[in-house]
Amino acid sequence: MGGAPGAPTVLPIRSDGDLIRVRRAAREAAVRAGMSLAEQTRMITASSELARNALVHGGGGRVEISDVTRPGRRGVRMVFLDEGPGIPDVARALTDGFSTGTGLGLGLGGARRLVEEFRVDSRPGRGTTVTIVSWSRSPT
Amino acid sequence: MLELDGVLLASVQTELTDATVVALQEDLLDRAAATGADGVVIDVSAVEIIDSYLARVLTEITLAVRMLAARTVVAGMRPAVAVTLVEMGLDLPEVETARSSAHALEMLARR
Ligand SMILES: Nc1ncnc2c1ncn2[C@@H]1O[C@H](COP(=O)(O)OP(=O)(O)O)[C@@H](O)[C@H]1O
Ligand SMILES: [Mg+2]
Repeated sequence: MGGAPGAPTVLPIRSDGDLIRVRRAAREAAVRAGMSLAEQTRMITASSELARNALVHGGGGRVEISDVTRPGRRGVRMVFLDEGPGIPDVARALTDGFSTGTGLGLGLGGARRLVEEFRVDSRPGRGTTVTIVSWSRSPT
Repeated sequence: MLELDGVLLASVQTELTDATVVALQEDLLDRAAATGADGVVIDVSAVEIIDSYLARVLTEITLAVRMLAARTVVAGMRPAVAVTLVEMGLDLPEVETARSSAHALEMLARR
């Protein structure tokens, strides 16, 4: 999912206030990658959904943010990790409107539609890792 | 929060915690009930992203205000926010929108 120069930025996802810091860091990375306003907005919105899921469903966790490159393109990779209950049926969790909580059930599926690369790794009882990558359309 | 001719006008800050969103919802509904306002305008022009959490609260405010026999207009949504909401599948069918707070006030006055 793209080569990453340098160590990722790691931020905790333990509280409401952390969600603001994750969104802010996502914006900074999106700007560094040269993303347009529309591209930034998609990336930040996806990060907000996934960070809230790690907090609400995963019992808290962290995010690792990396600047990534491939020939002629810059992008951002965000990896959301938690050690919560995991997602027993990922396909079902991705279905629009499916929620085990009080949410709209559009966070996971919606985030997938907003980014170019999306992967969920989850093992029941062991936690969840969601990896997303977005690429800037403007050339480096 | 401002009150103008029976309309409550609330501006949403740029960076919102979930707790702030809930407080805004409670405040708006209390004020709408206490003042007997017939309109509520929520200005989101400073808001850089609307995720499914904020979208749900905007819908809930709209529905609750409707039960108080008043009308809610969400004003000034940024184009990038609107596009992202639609791409996510969050088209907010219950929520009336206006280009700006000024337009929203006109809409509410005209009805
Ligand atoms: N990090 C996570 N850990 C455990 N379960 C999760 C996680 N993320 C998502 N889920 C599950 O997937 C469902 C759908 O997620 P989402 O589409 O974001 O909807 P919502 O958050 O509104 O419930 C959640 O209700 C939850 O059951
Ligand atoms: Mg969610």
